Amino acid sequence: MTEQPLLIAETLGKNYGARIGCRDVALEVYPGEVLAVVGESGSGKSTLLGLLSTELEPSAGRVSYRLRDGSLRDLATLGAAERRLLMRTDWGFVRQNPADGLRMAVSAGGNVGERLMAVGRRHYGDIRTEALDWLGRVEIAADRIDDDPRSFSGGMRQRLQIARNLVTRPRLVFMDEPTGGLDVSVQARLLDLVRSLVSEMGLAVIIVTHDLAVARLLSHRMVVMRQGRVIETGLTDQVLDDPREPYTQLLVSSVLAA
Amino acid sequence: MTTATLGGMPAITYNFAYLDEQTKRMIRRAILKAIAVPGYQVPFAAREMPMPYGWGTGGVQVTAAVLGPDDVLKVIDQGADDTTNAVAIRGFFEKTAGVATTTATTEATVIQTRHRIPETPLRDDQILVYQVPIPEPLRFLEPRETETRQMHALEEYGLMHVKLYEDIARHGHIATTYAYPVEVAGRYVMDPSPIPKFDNPKMDDCPALQLFGAGREKRIYAIPPHTRVRSLDFEDHPFEVQRFAQPCALCAARGVYLDEVILDDRGGRMFVCSDTDYCESRQAAGHRGEMAPPDAALPQPVSPRGEDATRVSDDASSDLSASARGRPAGAGAGAGTGAGTGAGGTEAGHD
Repeated sequence: MTEQPLLIAETLGKNYGARIGCRDVALEVYPGEVLAVVGESGSGKSTLLGLLSTELEPSAGRVSYRLRDGSLRDLATLGAAERRLLMRTDWGFVRQNPADGLRMAVSAGGNVGERLMAVGRRHYGDIRTEALDWLGRVEIAADRIDDDPRSFSGGMRQRLQIARNLVTRPRLVFMDEPTGGLDVSVQARLLDLVRSLVSEMGLAVIIVTHDLAVARLLSHRMVVMRQGRVIETGLTDQVLDDPREPYTQLLVSSVLAA
Repeated sequence: MTTATLGGMPAITYNFAYLDEQTKRMIRRAILKAIAVPGYQVPFAAREMPMPYGWGTGGVQVTAAVLGPDDVLKVIDQGADDTTNAVAIRGFFEKTAGVATTTATTEATVIQTRHRIPETPLRDDQILVYQVPIPEPLRFLEPRETETRQMHALEEYGLMHVKLYEDIARHGHIATTYAYPVEVAGRYVMDPSPIPKFDNPKMDDCPALQLFGAGREKRIYAIPPHTRVRSLDFEDHPFEVQRFAQPCALCAARGVYLDEVILDDRGGRMFVCSDTDYCESRQAAGHRGEMAPPDAALPQPVSPRGEDATRVSDDASSDLSASARGRPAGAGAGAGTGAGTGAGGTEAGHD
């Protein structure tokens, strides 16, 4: 790839007291690339995602991000205001539980429009048109725009969360088990949707999942974690078809065939 | 110091304006900080007051801290000088501070208010003290105080517009009629306390100092004189105040905030000024609405005390009584619903 990386993590580590959350992680994400972080529960996947998205303070190492003006900045040196602006414009965060990523008491249109209003948009008609457009793109019927997400099914909530995050056209989206808890047919449609949006918008995605099938379907590259460390990285197909580490081999062989 | 003797019992004495001097200094420091940072909610160590929360404990503490012996105090509740809250607080300061009180807006130097701004324009030698139930404008959108403080600090007010968006999506227009959020001096978004949005434009560039006290929530904030106060809105749904189809039924005033008063159980109603002082002054000046009583039934001079700003004695309440003003008894605070605004008038925001 001739492009420069969008996000670089170096010797990243996080301790919870004497316990290790994750340790010595180094990775790079390029524009338009989907990176999957896989591993069993407790392997440090979510901690790593928290560190990369600046929700957690690292105990060691640093994360750098290339801003829209092309400059590479250490995220720890950004002010709180700059960091939050980044989070609601250039980044997205799709959470496992939609209730954590949505405002459940606010209508679907308001949920999608919030980021637009946060960056200063003050024209109701325009905001609504854009919200409608995005609801259409994530396959939510236009007549549901004034319903609040409490009346939505799990799959719809997750799609709404995606629309809410993508409305400001971010360049990097973090996803934490976005398909967790959904039944397989809903999961398949959601993955399809994410895949088409990612390629259409040229999004870079860092997706945390324990589901290797999700990783295979969505990601270009893959990072395998165990006990807080990255034990194997590579192209997704390569890692899944020809795992090098014994633990990865175990992980791959543990997948249930349908 | 005022004293009262109870038949040989030791006299009850109060420090001037009830609070001790150290407490007043603490509150004044908070007020100074609030004035220095317009619209910013300054925490303060609110005291227990001899009245329940929700009855103006914040406003009373602010008033106590700014009141001097030469001040003339007016207290209004929903615009009226004669409702329980207003009478009780006026009596409280008469007893503990011995200051002169008045019902005339023009005579007052300190005006404590619950949910209204007087119709008579304020001057630069007056202080308006608001009683505030919930100072945080973002409270119902984001319940975490840690988060809302962060949002204020970083000027993240997108959420406030989400509320207005929801209004338009549900009702076709911005249906918030009271406690309508404002931006102060181009920086902080502030809850103007549950005044009807009709009063919002009066806060802008007001010559008087405006202080806000929330006792239960322990916050003080302020709008210094001549500060820009802008009501939030959308470009295609601009801020609008309530409009009333008819004038006041007693004094024929237009362009003022009216209360709806139910007269009987057969749908009879009247719309009268919520600002009782303004209404009485107009009636005394000869203005007559269509339901105004005949001239003979009116209180004679405009000032019930006959002289400027004397203390309200106990018998003064008689000339403030509802019947004397041609207002049906018990209709004091009114329904607070403007014509055309439907349900959700000021009363819905009772603290």
